[in-house]
Amino acid sequence: MARLQVESTINGETKEFLCDADQSMLDVLRDELGLTGTKEGCGTGDCGACSILVDGRLVCACLMLGVESGGKSIETIEGIADKDGLHPLQRQFLENAALQCGICTPGFIVASKALLEKHPNPDEETIRYWLAGNLCRCTGYDKIIRAVQDAAAEMSHPA
Amino acid sequence: MESYSYAAPNSVSEAVALLSDNASIGRQTQILAGGTDVLVQMRGSGHTPRAILDIKALVETNRLEVSAEGIYIGSAVSSAVINENQQLQEALPGLLEAADLIGSTQIQGRATICGNLCNASPAGDSIPAMIAASAVCDIATATGTRELPVEEFVVGVGQNALQPGEFLLGLKLPMPTPGTKDAYLRFTPRTEMDIAVAGVGVSLTLKEGVCTAARVAIGAVAPTARLVPEAANALVGTDLNDQALADAGEACKAAASPISDKRGTAQYRKKVVAVLCRRAIALAHQRIQGA
Ligand SMILES: Cc1cc2nc3c(=O)[nH]c(=O)nc-3n(C[C@H](O)[C@H](O)[C@H](O)COP(=O)(O)OP(=O)(O)OC[C@H]3O[C@@H](n4cnc5c(N)ncnc54)[C@H](O)[C@@H]3O)c2cc1C
Ligand code: FES
Ligand code: FES
Repeated sequence: MARLQVESTINGETKEFLCDADQSMLDVLRDELGLTGTKEGCGTGDCGACSILVDGRLVCACLMLGVESGGKSIETIEGIADKDGLHPLQRQFLENAALQCGICTPGFIVASKALLEKHPNPDEETIRYWLAGNLCRCTGYDKIIRAVQDAAAEMSHPA
Repeated sequence: MESYSYAAPNSVSEAVALLSDNASIGRQTQILAGGTDVLVQMRGSGHTPRAILDIKALVETNRLEVSAEGIYIGSAVSSAVINENQQLQEALPGLLEAADLIGSTQIQGRATICGNLCNASPAGDSIPAMIAASAVCDIATATGTRELPVEEFVVGVGQNALQPGEFLLGLKLPMPTPGTKDAYLRFTPRTEMDIAVAGVGVSLTLKEGVCTAARVAIGAVAPTARLVPEAANALVGTDLNDQALADAGEACKAAASPISDKRGTAQYRKKVVAVLCRRAIALAHQRIQGA
C-alpha cells in the first residue's frame, strides 16, 4: 500500500515524512526520523519510556499513530536542551544520580517537564502520581523525585 | 495481503459514508479515538488489518459543553481535558474521578471516556459513573442520530449496541440539580495503573436531609456494568442512615455475578462491591453537605 505523507512540527522544525497507516509515532520518530532518544520499553502504554508532548500534552508515542501527528507540534527529549546547554531537569538528573541504565530517563525527563509546566512547585505526592506511568527498574525512584524537586527549585529561583 | 488504511474525515456525513462503504466491500472499520485500547489491540496477535477511521477531526466529537440546560461530552474529548474543566469538577465530581482513574498522566492525555464505553470492558472505570449520572449516548447513524441510555449501550464483554454504520458522537448528561452529587470508587491492588476488582458509581439527590432520588451502578463484577435499582430503592425516602447504606450494599452484592481471577475470587468481589457501595454513598452524601 502507498505510504502516507505527513507534515508535522518536531522540536520546533517542520518535518515531512512518509509512514504506514499502522506505524506508531514511536516507530516514526525512531525509524523514519532518526530520533532515537525516545525509547520503547513495553509498546503498550505501561512504562512511559516513549513519553512525548503533543501540542503540549504528555502522551505515550507507542499509543499514537505517526499519521496522527499531521499538523501537530511534537516535542521529544531531543528538544529539551537548548543551545546554551542542558535543561535544569537534565542537569539535576545527573547531579542526583537519578539514572543507572538510562532507558527510562528520556521518558521521565519529558514527563517531568510537562509536570513542571503545570505545577511549578509540586510536592512529593503530586510528583509520584504524575510519574506513576513511568517505570524505572534501576533507581528505586527516590533519586528521580529529588532531581525533579531540585529542578523545580532551580527553575523558580534561577541561580 | 490486506493492509491498514487511515482516514480522518471532517464531517459526520463523510464518516458515516466511509463506514457504509467499508461495510459494503466487506472491509472491517476500526474507529479510533484516543487509541489507548486500539493501539494495544493492534499489536496483539489475531488483529487483522482494517480501515482506521479517526473521529477526532470532527467538530461534533470535540464538543464539551456545560450549561444549565445540560452537559455534552464529545467522543474525541480526552480525560485530561474533562478533568481540567472547572464547571465539570463542580457538576460531576464522580464522573471525573472515574475518568481520572483511567491509566497514567500519559494515558489520560489521549484516552476518552466514550472510548472506554465503546471498548466495553467489564472493568471500564467510567461506565458505572456514567450510568449513575444518567448519561445518554448520542449515536450517529446513516440517516441522522439516535439516542440510547448508557446502561443499555454495553451488551456483553467487549460488545456494544452500535449497529454497522454507526458511531458514538458523544454523551448527553443532565445538569445535576442543587442537592445532587455523584461519586465513583473502585478497588484495585495497586493505587495507580491497575484494573478494577470492583467499582461503584452513585448519584444522590437530597432534599431537607431526605434522599429523594438515587442511581447506583456496579462495575467489574459482571459481564457488563449494571444499574442496580434495588440499591437506589433502599436509599430513597431515607436519611441515608447506616441501615439504608447496608441495604444498598446488600442489593449491589445480590446484583453482582463476578468471575474469579488473579485479582480476586467471586466471593471476595461480592464482599468488596457492598463495601464500595456504602463508601461511595457516604462520599456523595458528604459532597452534598459540603456544597
Ligand atoms: C496503560 C493503560 C492503563 C489503562 N488503565 C485503565 C484503567 O485504569 N481503567 C480503565 O477503565 N481503562 C484503562 N485502560 C484502557 C483504556 O485506556 C480506556 O478504555 C480508554 O478510556 C479508551 O479510550 P480511547 O479514547 O483511548 O479509545 P480507543 O482505543 O480509541 O477505542 C476503544 C474502542 O472503542 C471504539 N471506539 C472509540 N471511540 C468510538 C466512537 N466514538 N464510536 C464508536 N466506537 C468507538 C474503538 O474502535 C475501540 O474498539 C488502560 C489502558 C492502558 C494502555
Ligand atoms: S513503550 Fe510506550 S509506554 Fe512503554
Ligand atoms: S535507570 Fe534503568 S530503568 Fe530507570
